Amino acid sequence: MKRVYVNEKWCLGCHLCEYYCAFASTGEKDMARALKDIKINPRIRVEERNGISFAVSCRHCTEPLCVKGCITGALSKSGGIITVDRNKCIGCFTCILSCPYGAVSPSEDGAIQKCELCVKTHEGTPRCVSGCPNGAIVFEERGE
Amino acid sequence: MSSLKYVIIGNSTAAVGAVEAIRKNDKEGRIVIIGNEKYHVYSRPLISYLLLGKTDEARMKYRGEDFYSSHQCELKLGRTAQKIDVENKCVILDSGELESYDRLLLATGSSPVVPPIPGLDKVEKKFTFTTLDDAKALDEALFEGTRVLILGAGLIGLKCAEGISKKKVEITCVDLSPKVLSSILDDQSSEIVKKHLEDHHIRFYLNRQVTGFEGNKAILNDQTKIPFDVLVLAVGVRPNISLLKEAGGRTNRGILIDDHCRTSIPDIYAAGDCCESVDVSSGETKIMALLPNAYMQGECAGMNMSGVDYIFDKAIPMNAIGLFGKHILTAGTYTGNTYFESDDQNNYKKLFYSNNRLNGFILIGNIEKAGIYTALIRERTPLDTIDFELICQTPGLMAFNRETRAEKLGGVMNVSVGSTIGISRAE
Repeated sequence: MKRVYVNEKWCLGCHLCEYYCAFASTGEKDMARALKDIKINPRIRVEERNGISFAVSCRHCTEPLCVKGCITGALSKSGGIITVDRNKCIGCFTCILSCPYGAVSPSEDGAIQKCELCVKTHEGTPRCVSGCPNGAIVFEERGE
Repeated sequence: MSSLKYVIIGNSTAAVGAVEAIRKNDKEGRIVIIGNEKYHVYSRPLISYLLLGKTDEARMKYRGEDFYSSHQCELKLGRTAQKIDVENKCVILDSGELESYDRLLLATGSSPVVPPIPGLDKVEKKFTFTTLDDAKALDEALFEGTRVLILGAGLIGLKCAEGISKKKVEITCVDLSPKVLSSILDDQSSEIVKKHLEDHHIRFYLNRQVTGFEGNKAILNDQTKIPFDVLVLAVGVRPNISLLKEAGGRTNRGILIDDHCRTSIPDIYAAGDCCESVDVSSGETKIMALLPNAYMQGECAGMNMSGVDYIFDKAIPMNAIGLFGKHILTAGTYTGNTYFESDDQNNYKKLFYSNNRLNGFILIGNIEKAGIYTALIRERTPLDTIDFELICQTPGLMAFNRETRAEKLGGVMNVSVGSTIGISRAE
């Protein structure tokens, strides 16, 4: 299946992926308007230090510890994509305790949030990928 | 292969793990689930959230409505397995029915301990707090102003306290230990949590023991008398091991299993709260009655039962608990040197390490990316292969070397359209 892959060699540390990610979940047409005066809480996060930077989001693991450890059954994997049923999630954060990538985070309403490859917001390429100006984030099949 | 019959005793997390694993490998074999509760599989830890009004019975279902049908499981609910006939490979139910098996899984869980306290039998309104029926019964006994005495300031007792607080009851909590959450917190962090709970009007009598009941009064060892209307027993749970023990299988406090989740009796497996297993953070064999471990042990058992050689040898204690909005994440063993950070907002971080390995941690408040620490414990990552100083301050992939990062985030990039036109920034 297609996944998001990141190569730090190409990452400019511009954080645009974070803005595109936050924009994707607003359902708005215009990014500037959608994010105006908002403190974004994206599901992809750039780590940076000493001139190195890279974006981290859910790896959609083949052996997903977040799904296996989820106490409610809110996290599940289907068609290779790990999604969260926000209606079931009670925000215990066992998944945050489990994820070896640090790719799950609390959302504003108490449930958790994570990258769902934009499947719930639009078709096709995830926004962080299409919005990356330097090809540091790609969406492709690499075999498992 | 396809003619195997799998019998699972228990209908909770470990059972689901097993069913999902078995069906990956065997679409034909029969799976029979025997459960003593009458419910569709539900998440046990959610009973406190049910009382709190944060979930409901429909959303508490651990798997969807079609789980049993889509996994072709035959259900025998409301039945109790009474005996295993090892020689004839069958389970005898309370109804007298015999259920033969080719592979048997004991996912029998644990039962609340009822301490032998004089006068306890005369206490009318007493409850345990581990099942949905427990929660419903307790809920019916509570009204505004009801005085609730909880024995036990551990995970179950405190989650119960939070759950019932919605009903504006008066809560008093007694524990033998001088600390709250003594099994997962150190002195300092325990004190933070205790203060937080006291701010939410929970009263504690710690380092104290109930020596007897006089009607609806609990008498403590220092002669304090605590009147109450409703008593909740949350002093601990005990693995349900009798079926295997009586069948001649090896048990200690829990059922003893190997890293394939096999018991000492051929074709009998065990998983979840009924077991003891090896904690890789300490190397000790212990009971780790935790939902993630239950699922993964169930999965491991199911894989092996259906013919795939599969090992689960990465169990560690790990707890994520929220109490009145404060989040506490812990994992591993609290031995070795410590790295410590705290602030006046009651954010608290303590990491425990020795012999080049991270052994455990306690996080309160800021719990961001905690799983990166958990992974270091679980994988026994040599700390000299990462930037340990950095990761102590900020959990992240940055602390790993470039090759490991590249592997974690996608391996060395294949040439793609993006990369051929990109600006190379590093090197």
